[in-house]
Amino acid sequence: MEKILEVKDLVTTFRIAKREYPVLRGISFDIHRRETVCMVGESGCGKSVTALSIMDLLPVNAHVASGSIVLDGQELTTLSHRARNALRGEKAGMIFQEPMTALNPLLTIGYQLTEGLRYHKRLDSKTARELAVQYLKKVGVANPVERLKQFPFQLSGGLRQRIMIALVMSLQPSLIIADEPTTALDVTIQKQVLALLNALKKDMDAGILFITHDLGVVAEIADRVVVLYSGMKVEEGPVEAIIGAPRHPYTQGLLHAVPNVDAEDFVIQAIPGTLPHVTEEIRGCRFHPRCPYATERCRQETPVEIEFVPGHRVACWNVKESAR
Amino acid sequence: MAKYIGKRIALMLMLLIALTFIVFASLYIAPGDPAQMVAGPSATEEDIARIRSVLGLDKPFLVQYGLYLSRLLHFDLGTSYSTHQPIAKEIAIRLPNTLNLAVASILLSIVVGIPAGIVAALRKDRLTDNVLTTASLAGISIPNFWLGTMLIYLFSVKLRWLPSGGMSAPFWTSQGVRQIVLPAVALSTATIASFTRIGRSSMLEVLQSDYIRTAKSKGLSGWIVIMVHALRNVLIPLVTQFGTSFGSLLGGAIITEQVFVVNGIGTYLINAINTRNYPVVQSTVLIIAAMFILINLGVDILYSVIDPRIRYD
Ligand SMILES: Nc1ncnc2c1ncn2[C@@H]1O[C@H](COP(=O)(O)OP(=O)(O)OP(=O)(O)O)[C@@H](O)[C@H]1O
Ligand code: SF4
Ligand SMILES: [Mg+2]
Repeated sequence: MEKILEVKDLVTTFRIAKREYPVLRGISFDIHRRETVCMVGESGCGKSVTALSIMDLLPVNAHVASGSIVLDGQELTTLSHRARNALRGEKAGMIFQEPMTALNPLLTIGYQLTEGLRYHKRLDSKTARELAVQYLKKVGVANPVERLKQFPFQLSGGLRQRIMIALVMSLQPSLIIADEPTTALDVTIQKQVLALLNALKKDMDAGILFITHDLGVVAEIADRVVVLYSGMKVEEGPVEAIIGAPRHPYTQGLLHAVPNVDAEDFVIQAIPGTLPHVTEEIRGCRFHPRCPYATERCRQETPVEIEFVPGHRVACWNVKESAR
Repeated sequence: MAKYIGKRIALMLMLLIALTFIVFASLYIAPGDPAQMVAGPSATEEDIARIRSVLGLDKPFLVQYGLYLSRLLHFDLGTSYSTHQPIAKEIAIRLPNTLNLAVASILLSIVVGIPAGIVAALRKDRLTDNVLTTASLAGISIPNFWLGTMLIYLFSVKLRWLPSGGMSAPFWTSQGVRQIVLPAVALSTATIASFTRIGRSSMLEVLQSDYIRTAKSKGLSGWIVIMVHALRNVLIPLVTQFGTSFGSLLGGAIITEQVFVVNGIGTYLINAINTRNYPVVQSTVLIIAAMFILINLGVDILYSVIDPRIRYD
């Protein structure tokens, strides 16, 4: 399968109190066409920063310090902001977490849906509106023609998120990034939107980077999974392997933290301790203060990523030893 | 939208009625015998009695208020104690000068203040921003009578570029424009400065918002993102400020007219206060307050034009 996105050794730093701190510490992963890659990890581990680095939408105090991002065969990190802006929307689109605030409150849905089409595809407004109606139908919005005249405040969160999805899809990007697109929604609406994305995924040509910290969502939508911990990728593999037989102690902890309501002994075994702050330097494995299997080596040396079985990569000293 | 504006107009009418009541009541309890004052010092007892009954001054308070309202509806604001002329006529001569000054100042504030605020926000923490922020702080702190005096000294006395006062020529003539420049600059400096500050902070906040990030994620040009997506949202707090600023602008106009010897209603009011010419004071206050109420109605309508959340409420 064709690679849509190749991220290699990505380091993104934030300037905090006049010093640069790496929030991403060398992340690598690929996304293929028609593939959905889920990125998971605790809050603050760098999922959104990864997405914003790819989109070139980082806040002013952050920048990509090193590494490479290749989108559709084109290296992005060497391009100017202006050149990257030109690729946004058409090459890579993004669905955000907060549907309530992601749309401009003062502009109609119709305007916001069609402006990208008019701008990028040079469509006249009639054709753009027709296309917008088609996409609204695709994402299951009833009365699409009336919707175009409405303003965001007149619509529910679930509807707004469907509109965001239609907006991103209508520009037919090669890569779609969805940053926790269902987190802000009610559980029932969450299920609907997820089902919609799952259905749409099949007739889209794009690769999808789906960010979530809900492992239930991962099981439903992912082809492959990338697990981040404190700005590092700790494990990556096919969804069955990550959910069924995770190797990294952190991934195992994450899975245990999912309340399993079916089980007789209903317990939530959260990972002890908290994620280290980005400004905190930790020698060796960044997970060792919280890891039940930490050894002396873990405290001294940063683990090297190994390909445990083809396609399943882990960065943990322990795994290497048990596997060989 | 119609419902919203209807509500606003009803509210405005109520405010106007309350205003006339306050003005009338304060005139009623003001010292001095109005009939005597209107009649003048040489009037006989009979003259005064006749005037008293013509003005209805022998009637009960509420009846007098009713008469006052009906006179107001006929643009009759009473008679000046000092000139014995109809006040409405005297105000009609002076009001255009004040309005010219106020409108020129508000236009200057919009045209200079809002873009300055936006530029400052877009150049945050750079030299341009620092200069504009410092200048706006100075602009807010400088009293307008002092600034007016300094402007006269520099541009009229020293450089002899512009007249030091008066507003005799109509504003569409070049002399009229030359006459209005200095007073308008003096009067609008504080408003320009507050528009700059509010425009800047509003723009900074809007630039942080999620919908701007969404607009950027569509790959639109930076210009479209600012002009289409940011600007309208930036205007909302500025419209609020506009209503308040107009009030302080009218207050400032009273002083500015003094400095630049403009024959406007500010000068009219000050002279009336100095001569205890109560009907003129009251009528002028009534006109200024009514203008303020009308402007705020305009502001409310402007809101509904910009913000659909108000329009569809
Ligand atoms: N504007 C910012 N200024 C300073 N640090 C920031 C900023 N935004 C993010 N960070 C840092 O980057 C780290 C990663 O943030 P990021 O938003 O990528 O987390 P996340 O994995 O998306 O979390 P969540 O699940 O809560 O969305 C955070 O721990 C935070 O310390
Ligand atoms: S490297 Fe060591 S500390 Fe890190 S996860 Fe593996 S066992 Fe735990
Ligand atoms: Mg996030």
